[in-house]
Amino acid sequence: MKDDQSEHDGHRMPSDPALRVQALESLLIEKGLVDSQALDALVDAYEHRIGPHNGARVIARAWTDPAYKARLLADATAAIAELGFGGLQGEHMVAVENTPAVHNLVVCTLCSCYPYPLLGLPPVWYKSAAYRSRAVIDPRGVLREFGLELPAATQVRVWDSTAELRYLVLPQQPAQTQGMTAEQLAALVTRDAMIGVALVRAGQEPAGGAG
Amino acid sequence: MNGVHDLGGMHGMGSVQPERDEPVFHHRWEGRVFALVRAMGALGRWNIDASRHQRELIAAADQLRMSYYERWLEGLSQLLVRHGLASAAEVASGRALPGAAAGTPALRAAQVPAFIARGSPAARESGRPPRLRPGQRVRARNLHPAGHTRLPRYVRGKSGVVDRVHGVFVFPDTHAHLRGEDPQHVYSVRFEARELWGDDHVAADAVYVDLWEDHLDAE
Repeated sequence: MKDDQSEHDGHRMPSDPALRVQALESLLIEKGLVDSQALDALVDAYEHRIGPHNGARVIARAWTDPAYKARLLADATAAIAELGFGGLQGEHMVAVENTPAVHNLVVCTLCSCYPYPLLGLPPVWYKSAAYRSRAVIDPRGVLREFGLELPAATQVRVWDSTAELRYLVLPQQPAQTQGMTAEQLAALVTRDAMIGVALVRAGQEPAGGAG
Repeated sequence: MNGVHDLGGMHGMGSVQPERDEPVFHHRWEGRVFALVRAMGALGRWNIDASRHQRELIAAADQLRMSYYERWLEGLSQLLVRHGLASAAEVASGRALPGAAAGTPALRAAQVPAFIARGSPAARESGRPPRLRPGQRVRARNLHPAGHTRLPRYVRGKSGVVDRVHGVFVFPDTHAHLRGEDPQHVYSVRFEARELWGDDHVAADAVYVDLWEDHLDAE
């Protein structure tokens, strides 16, 4: 475990918050304000059902259906709802398209806003002070730390999620994947590519996209 | 408020540290906090803006030291006390004191799928036309409210161009303080990297920030 990381992921003092949370949960159950099974259902939804595989289906559909792509870019909320996704922290969606000339990157500098219905809950790095502070002032440096060196001629557009709009990056489809089915394509689309810190590569395992 | 939550453009926060095969929650308690915050939010005693502001009010040094879900735990604890749903002593002990008020009906497991599917839309119907139009040059107001605002420091006083009109949304700067929704148009404003950060930045790069009508003046 790296030192910086431990500042942000709770490894530093696990027992204390664990006890405090247990006390708080007992209290709120005793008061009738929460239901333990509802808490289980909320955790289960985000641990097992809602994640980047949802967003990957949207991207793969856009790559294989030009009319859908046009709808996604014009009204992302409605186009995403066509595939059955939406709701909590994805009520109002915007899709931004990567092209050879433009690369998009999403951040929330004020908190950690993130499109839950499509990507699940945000990873620790997305919520970190390092990412939130630097994505707007040094996006190219941040991308370099993810192993992505963009040509100077590529315009970088950073989207700071300061309102209730949530952003989804529509990555470029790798040229070698033309002709693949939407299902095959979805397996290539990673969480990081949909945030804009990675490109989609042909034949890669969906690293960082499994969660 | 000019708090440490408003991180855009700050230095000294270290390098970004992605974790391979990261779990959704690193500890069981993180999932419980996440669920507690959502389940309590569903009761409607406060709103998402008030919830964000409560976390902003955590002492600056603590905010930077705490993990994300520790901040959620602290924010929720403070909201419960602030809204009279629990006393500080109850939060600390985990036991309800005799005579403490009983709660409203809690969110039930059977209601969770609909709660997630519906979310909490912040868009509002309004017949009011937008004051600004795409392509128009605007300047972010130089405001420094002591309360909640979604106008980040790094764009205050800066000039940009309206990229698109998102529609009418609840205004967090009043909503967080339970002073009403004050719905108004939200715009995506494009700020050139050089306008924000100086001439050694790549000329074509830009940051898009979603801002409300009360954050902007036409130029």
